[in-house]
Amino acid sequence: MHLERTRANWVGFSTIVVKEIRRILRIWVQTVVPPVIQMTLYFLIFGSVIGSRVGKMNGYDYMTYIAPGLIMMSVITNSYTNVVSSFFGAKFSRYVEELMISPLANASILLGYMAGGMFRGLLVGAIVTLVAALFTNLPIAHPWVIVTTALLTSAMFSVGGFLNALFAKKFDDVTIIPTFVLTPLVYLGGVFYSIALLPPIWQHVTRVDPLLYMIDTLRYGFLGVSDIALTEAYAIMVGFLVLLFALALWLLRRGTGLKS
Amino acid sequence: MANTNAQPALRIENLRKTYRGGIEALRGVSIEVARGEFFALLGPNGAGKTTLIGIVASLVNKSAGSIHVFGKNADEDPAGVRSQIGLVPQEVNFNLWERVIDIIVNQAGYYGIPRREALERSERYLHQLDLWKYRNTNARALSGGFKRRLMVARALVHNPPLLILDEPTAGVDIELRRSMWVFLQQLNAEGVTIILTTHYLEEAESLCRKIAIIQHGRISEQGDMHELLESLRMETFVLDLARPLSETPPLEDFALRRIDDATLELDMCRGQNINDAFAQLSAAGVQVRSLRNKSNRLEEIFMRLVEEERNASRTHAS
Repeated sequence: MHLERTRANWVGFSTIVVKEIRRILRIWVQTVVPPVIQMTLYFLIFGSVIGSRVGKMNGYDYMTYIAPGLIMMSVITNSYTNVVSSFFGAKFSRYVEELMISPLANASILLGYMAGGMFRGLLVGAIVTLVAALFTNLPIAHPWVIVTTALLTSAMFSVGGFLNALFAKKFDDVTIIPTFVLTPLVYLGGVFYSIALLPPIWQHVTRVDPLLYMIDTLRYGFLGVSDIALTEAYAIMVGFLVLLFALALWLLRRGTGLKS
Repeated sequence: MANTNAQPALRIENLRKTYRGGIEALRGVSIEVARGEFFALLGPNGAGKTTLIGIVASLVNKSAGSIHVFGKNADEDPAGVRSQIGLVPQEVNFNLWERVIDIIVNQAGYYGIPRREALERSERYLHQLDLWKYRNTNARALSGGFKRRLMVARALVHNPPLLILDEPTAGVDIELRRSMWVFLQQLNAEGVTIILTTHYLEEAESLCRKIAIIQHGRISEQGDMHELLESLRMETFVLDLARPLSETPPLEDFALRRIDDATLELDMCRGQNINDAFAQLSAAGVQVRSLRNKSNRLEEIFMRLVEEERNASRTHAS
């Protein structure tokens, strides 16, 4: 019986994953192309045009220095946006009820949407990495750090998007968090600069921003230079992921944002 | 462990639902539906039918009470209960941008049915509901009637022993409604327990053997269909209007439907006074020119014409 349920939950989980991946690939012009164009412009303007006048940062060309931050920015925003738009769409058009009436475990639903978000985040991240390789000679210092950081971050922001979708009541609510929370945190998380350049007090303030740890760890994976200790960064990433995942599961079980 | 074969298909005990804001939608509802039954749940708009169905199908949180489906407690084994139920909701609730076949196959997946088997089952139900030719069509392109058929096919893909339909024929044409009746009767004959809510009393009368009437969140009548109809003397009146109307005027305690610009249908239960309805209509500025009992003769004539037309085209084609 237990095995049967586990197998059924696996089938349900893979159904959501396949559905999500097909959706992302079917509307690739909306899901994949815009972030790639946006990042290409960042490379052109900040990297090539302005970057050539900035000089070295932590021993690297400015273009090379900002590349990991821009890759991480793509992973974060695309993982988040994918889940929030897909799950809120299901909620708004009520086809989330297909899942709610089914015997599928809440964890399978959450993991299914997370996998969709991670797929898009990592896909766009990989393409942006290729774009970066066209502009600069990007080294790969620690491949496993790159892989684990990208996985943890995309998982974390996929759950974040899921939570946003649970609470969202209208389409405006879907854009509020990315615009007013996510974007400032990404920009202040050291995408375009090393926090060592900030006055000491602002260095401490910046450390409250969880995105700093992800951006910095990915930069360490590519360049081998970092402002933050690796263990501290991983502890924060894993901690946030576990916390957000548990919160999302609890809310799903209560039916928050789904059941009246 | 309880002998599930001896248990009723659905047993609801003292079910209560109070929405945020204090609205009491259900005030202690108890219903028992036997296995293999064709059960009608009737009641005016806002009586609590959809809330009741929503709670049974896990779409709405209950405030109190218990639900057992084939002996399984919904609180103790929610997944076990959900796997026994197929739901056809009142409103369209599938992704309109997905293909018909994908909607069915995905739903099967959510019930743990592997893709290969899901495709076989989908083909069977899409054929049975005359949707196979639309399998690769985006759902948004389907007509209203076919959208309802799609929801029936989706609800059946995991072969549930209990099928709940919330006004499955609302707004569909007579031919489609009749074909849906035949299909549901076949399913019931195969052993599927069916619970149906409908505003079409003739639909409930011709399909269902047992009935419960819900009003203001309470079961006001429950029992054998024929006995109840006899005692209820529920009637439907057709009101011809003196002036055309673009919207259905809101009537308290009466089920009123707008058929067209100049016609309304009014359901009346035992104990209700037609003067109350007329007073409310008059207050809403609606002027009634004439009143008559509803009969199904026009439907019969229409169906006969449709059948004759279909037979003629078949003869012509062969």
